[in-house]
Amino acid sequence: MNWYAIAAIYKFEMARTRRTLMQSIASPVLSTSLYFVVFGSAIGSRITSVEGVSYGAFIIPGLIMLSLLMQSVSNASFGIYFPKFTGTIYEIHSAPVSFVEIVAGYVGAAATKSVIVGVIILATARLFVDYRIAHPLLMVAFLLLTAITFSLFGFIIGIWADNFEKLQVIPLLVITPLTFLGGSFYSIHMLPPLWQKITLLNPVVYLVSGFRWSFYDLADVGVGASLAAIAGFLVACLVAVGWIFRTGYKLKS
Amino acid sequence: MRNPAGCLPMTLLHTEASAPTAVDPVIVVKGLDKTYAGGFQALKPIDLTIRRGEIFALLGPNGAGKTTLISIICGIVNPGNGSITVDGHDVVRDFRATRSRIGLVPQELTTDAFETVWNTVSFSRGLFGLPPKPAHIEQVLRDLSLWDKRNNRIMTLSGGMKRRVMIAKALSHEPSVLFLDEPTAGVDVELRRDMWNLVRRLRDSGVTIILTTHYIEEAEDMADRVGVINKGELILVEQTATLMHKLGRKELTLQLHDPLAAVPASLSRYPLALSADGTELTYTYDTQAEHTGITALLGDLAAAGIRFRDISTRQNSLEEIFVDLVRSR
Repeated sequence: MNWYAIAAIYKFEMARTRRTLMQSIASPVLSTSLYFVVFGSAIGSRITSVEGVSYGAFIIPGLIMLSLLMQSVSNASFGIYFPKFTGTIYEIHSAPVSFVEIVAGYVGAAATKSVIVGVIILATARLFVDYRIAHPLLMVAFLLLTAITFSLFGFIIGIWADNFEKLQVIPLLVITPLTFLGGSFYSIHMLPPLWQKITLLNPVVYLVSGFRWSFYDLADVGVGASLAAIAGFLVACLVAVGWIFRTGYKLKS
Repeated sequence: MRNPAGCLPMTLLHTEASAPTAVDPVIVVKGLDKTYAGGFQALKPIDLTIRRGEIFALLGPNGAGKTTLISIICGIVNPGNGSITVDGHDVVRDFRATRSRIGLVPQELTTDAFETVWNTVSFSRGLFGLPPKPAHIEQVLRDLSLWDKRNNRIMTLSGGMKRRVMIAKALSHEPSVLFLDEPTAGVDVELRRDMWNLVRRLRDSGVTIILTTHYIEEAEDMADRVGVINKGELILVEQTATLMHKLGRKELTLQLHDPLAAVPASLSRYPLALSADGTELTYTYDTQAEHTGITALLGDLAAAGIRFRDISTRQNSLEEIFVDLVRSR
């Protein structure tokens, strides 16, 4: 294993975060704080509670998951797309690194950044509402698994994209709608019966549900189903990344 | 601060390699071909051996396949059929061993614009699996006159400085084989001179250098051996001196005492060209022929009553040989 290479890629990507601190950290924290103000305080004050949890506290896991997904995908996709765009990817290809090491470096850095954002949002939420974490270890596990899985997904998008528009298409037109419709701001039990069934096709429902369960013991679907869903998506992403490097898809001619 | 001696210390360079010998291959390419997904055949089956410690110049017109060949050896492009070994290691099966020995300076100026010089060169060393060695990075930067710029972002550097950064990145992991793909394209005279001095010093320390260039006079001056590639086919590999000797033609130019209106009929058997003003006769001859015909020509000129006041000869250049070779295909 080329540990030095993993460390070099990881540090390089983290240095980019430091250079773009406003965009990387401050921006998602600010926008999430605005969600708390609008949904938690303004609108949430008119909703007493959801299944015994105050609405402001109820939306915390969903808001963190929303940021986590968006940050993981955008960090990882940009991380690998940028060297493709500038041509510096030649150095990665010509270095004695395996695809496992490349993925570990880029995805590790992207996941680290999104976890940092998630933790900051969790800390920021304390300024607005009181909350508890019933299963801290599982909460961390969900946080890490989701960050890693969606960073892998972002990595795939970054390799697939051959222009900046494509880089934005999946996060904006797929991830964001799925997250908003995935129970971030409501329990799917609030939906009409037909929509409750349809919404189960949305993978984000399982992530938000599992994550919320780790906070309040409240879940739209069983926690086992949540873990299985994220594990399944993780395996699918790993298989896709393996195929990309084996075939050189969009990387090597 | 510029290194006044302009010397790359031996400590900086890979010293495992031995002196150049005719039987010590470092890169062996056997039957390598490459057809891209669109059906374009970039390389026809190629056999090539690069000797340890030599400077090998790969010449060819644009699109001939030079960069494809280099890119396959370095791992940037997937190989087609055939095999490549570096120090006996297969570039696909044992890519870690081969790539760790190779440094590559690509043709395009592709740099991490927002990074500092120091960070980007250090990044390259880590990427190649080596622990940090600030003393080595400092030496590389000093030798490339980049030390003063070490904390500058690359985007603030001139094109020539960026080219130096790319060389520094390629040297950061102390390679024993260095590929320079058009290293002097678009750089000023000073940098070209510095670069060739660096190449010589690297070669002297045992580094094998494979370069492509459009400045053929530089290849003639620098390279131990030359390979000519055209339309994906390696049409010639030869010692530079031998190539010049084998394919070099010479021209004998006579400055005439009295201008001629035309070449006399008695001299028609000689390949003579008369200048427009009639004051110069040029005779082209093959240095490898059994008889050059010079003695007979001079005798016949005297018999024809043609006197001359000066005489000079000129060997044709590698560039002219190259153009002839490529055209003949």
